[in-house]
Amino acid sequence: MNEIIAKHSLGPGIFRLEVAYPKLARKARPGQFVILRVSEDGERFPLTIADCDPERGTITLIFQVAGKSTALLAAMKTGQAILGVTGPLGVPTEIERFGRVLCVGGGIGVAPLYPIAKALKRAGNHLTSILGARSKDLVILEQEFRALSDTVCVATDDGSYGRKGFVTDVLTDVLAGGETFDKAWAIGPVPMMRATCEVTRQAAIPTVVSLNPIMVDGTGMCGGCRVIVGGKVKFACVDGPEFDGHLVDFDTLAKRLGTYVHQEKRDYDACRIGLDQPSRKDA
Amino acid sequence: MADKSGNRADRPKRVPMPERPPEERRNDWDEVPRGYTPDQARQEASRCLLCKKSPCIEGCPVGIDIPGFVKLIADGKFEEAADRILLVNALPAVCGRVCPQETQCEILCVLGKKGEPLAIGNLERFAADWKREQGTCPVPTPPDPSGFKVAVVGSGPAGLTCAGELVGRGHAVTIFEAFHKPAGVLVYGIPEFRLPKSIVADEVKRLEARGVQIRTNTVVGKLDTVDELLEEYDAVFVGVGAGAPMFLDIPGEELLGVYSANEYLTRVNLMRAYDRERADTPILRSKRVAVIGGGNVAMDSARTGLRLGAEEVTVVYRRSRAEMPARAAEVHHAEQEGIRFHLLAAPVRILGDERGWVIGIECIRMELGEPDESGRRRPLPIPDSEFTLEVDSVVVAIGNRPNPIVPSTTPGMETSRRGTIVADEKTGRTTKEGVWAGGDIVTGAATVISAMGAAQAAARDIDAYLRSPEPRPWEIETCSTPGDGDLA
Repeated sequence: MNEIIAKHSLGPGIFRLEVAYPKLARKARPGQFVILRVSEDGERFPLTIADCDPERGTITLIFQVAGKSTALLAAMKTGQAILGVTGPLGVPTEIERFGRVLCVGGGIGVAPLYPIAKALKRAGNHLTSILGARSKDLVILEQEFRALSDTVCVATDDGSYGRKGFVTDVLTDVLAGGETFDKAWAIGPVPMMRATCEVTRQAAIPTVVSLNPIMVDGTGMCGGCRVIVGGKVKFACVDGPEFDGHLVDFDTLAKRLGTYVHQEKRDYDACRIGLDQPSRKDA
Repeated sequence: MADKSGNRADRPKRVPMPERPPEERRNDWDEVPRGYTPDQARQEASRCLLCKKSPCIEGCPVGIDIPGFVKLIADGKFEEAADRILLVNALPAVCGRVCPQETQCEILCVLGKKGEPLAIGNLERFAADWKREQGTCPVPTPPDPSGFKVAVVGSGPAGLTCAGELVGRGHAVTIFEAFHKPAGVLVYGIPEFRLPKSIVADEVKRLEARGVQIRTNTVVGKLDTVDELLEEYDAVFVGVGAGAPMFLDIPGEELLGVYSANEYLTRVNLMRAYDRERADTPILRSKRVAVIGGGNVAMDSARTGLRLGAEEVTVVYRRSRAEMPARAAEVHHAEQEGIRFHLLAAPVRILGDERGWVIGIECIRMELGEPDESGRRRPLPIPDSEFTLEVDSVVVAIGNRPNPIVPSTTPGMETSRRGTIVADEKTGRTTKEGVWAGGDIVTGAATVISAMGAAQAAARDIDAYLRSPEPRPWEIETCSTPGDGDLA
């Protein structure tokens, strides 16, 4: 169990792992996440499940190296087992036949969006997907989304691929072109979700976001992941991770995500030094 | 030997527990009480009157033969003393440290009527530690396998106790634990300086050596439901504790630097954030910490803050010293170490700077009114008595609710309005056939030993149920005792 069956690089610092865990592969639903532990003294950190294959008995995890824990995960090889995989956690996405659905993904947020889009398509929805990234080499899962969606638009911040600009620029144009949507999902960095929700609010499109605040246990026990939604405190791990994007207090979320920035940077720097030394076994 | 007169003026005094000086211990994570030496233990044990009626046993939720093991200590038979305790208590080194003996067995001690009661807890700890450090007895040979399989959900005090009882009766036991390490609150909640983690690990290891299987990283209700466990197991015991933290519901709780006690303690204890050289899990090392609440968890949080390097730690509690749910010894230890107390004060709001970091907490002074439903005098705010404490962290330690994950995914298992599982007080039976429950998930936040007592009773009923030759109707007499715990 927890063995890495396959590992691929999807871009600079972005990896896709297929991990053997048959029961989890059968149980997990779109929108749910796992808590990982990579080393004995390591953190517990959440990753949304990017895909499941019940027949192969595997789950897919897609992540971008963002700190020490993800760097250690990226250093793992096929055949090695991840120390701890706990899940499926969180409330699954509510999948229905909504009609015309908009899927907006930013950066690594495209990964958790994928199983949701897949399930929405299977439920008979018309799908328009807008994928964004900083530059061309950071655009992920484009082919997968093209296979699912009725329309796909790509935007890059630097214009190296697709349209130059943000996903919200594309979305504004799509809406200006007269397209209408019954429901939207927006998953990505906090500023991207906030901006997307502002646009969909104007257009009165109910919008679901998936939040990834700091967590420890993932079962509602620590309360570290609390977010404010519609003026009420919610725990993202058990009440979410999906919430009504028009009610989320993104400002508080963004601030709380910065709680340990200094400490984590120090660990990550020390870790990179460690990774450069081939003798270090746990790297 | 034992002084039988019981009321002589020259009766030997209770042997005090040796403790490390506050100025030394407040800077490290090592245990505060050192434990008795063999001589001290024998001296204290010889104070026991060996009463025939033994009221102390009545006070013990798991019914330890207290005069029996104390006599063995007095006779210098330390390992036998530990074995006597182990007959009914799988976690003696834990209970010797964290049980509130002063309100259970010791309060009933006859010696206490004219002087100080026997130090039963200190002696239990001594015997357990002796066996761990010097013991030679191998693990008891397991009984013949019964052929039955039991699933235990949660590996805290209730789960470990239930597993120990059942494995001792020949059943195959598997424990399911959500975290990556077993022992629940004993590893994530209670700090190293009060309960060394190596001791907990040893008690868990002893259970594993007796055949108990432990599956970590497994959240029952998410990966397997109780119904799915019942397909594979003959009985299920639910001992998942009360693990959902309560917040104050005042402005500013979203600020950076506000923690639930669960998060604060879990980061430090389970994730070892105190060891900044090795552990990756971060914790804020604040200069001034306010801890809200008056229970043992609040004391643990305050003393943890101090050891993380805080210059000033203040406990804010809305009632007076007399109503504090924390053990007197813990409050005393905290005071010795320099923790400040703002009693009869309640937080009104938490203040932050423009970047969202905590800079202070505004409180209001309280006075005590008429007794409330808990029997304690209700705290009432004194108008216009607000004051502000400058702090950069706030730890909220006002209690926990039951975690809904298992109850909400188990159809047919009744819960109370408070979210606790309804279970028979004597047997732990729930309203769902084949499912028992015990500990904080039934009572609400309470003590380690009461959870162990409930788990022991449930294990005995599970054993009887499994071995019963005749099918029995599944009936329970409804009850679910309201617990108060640290809710203050």
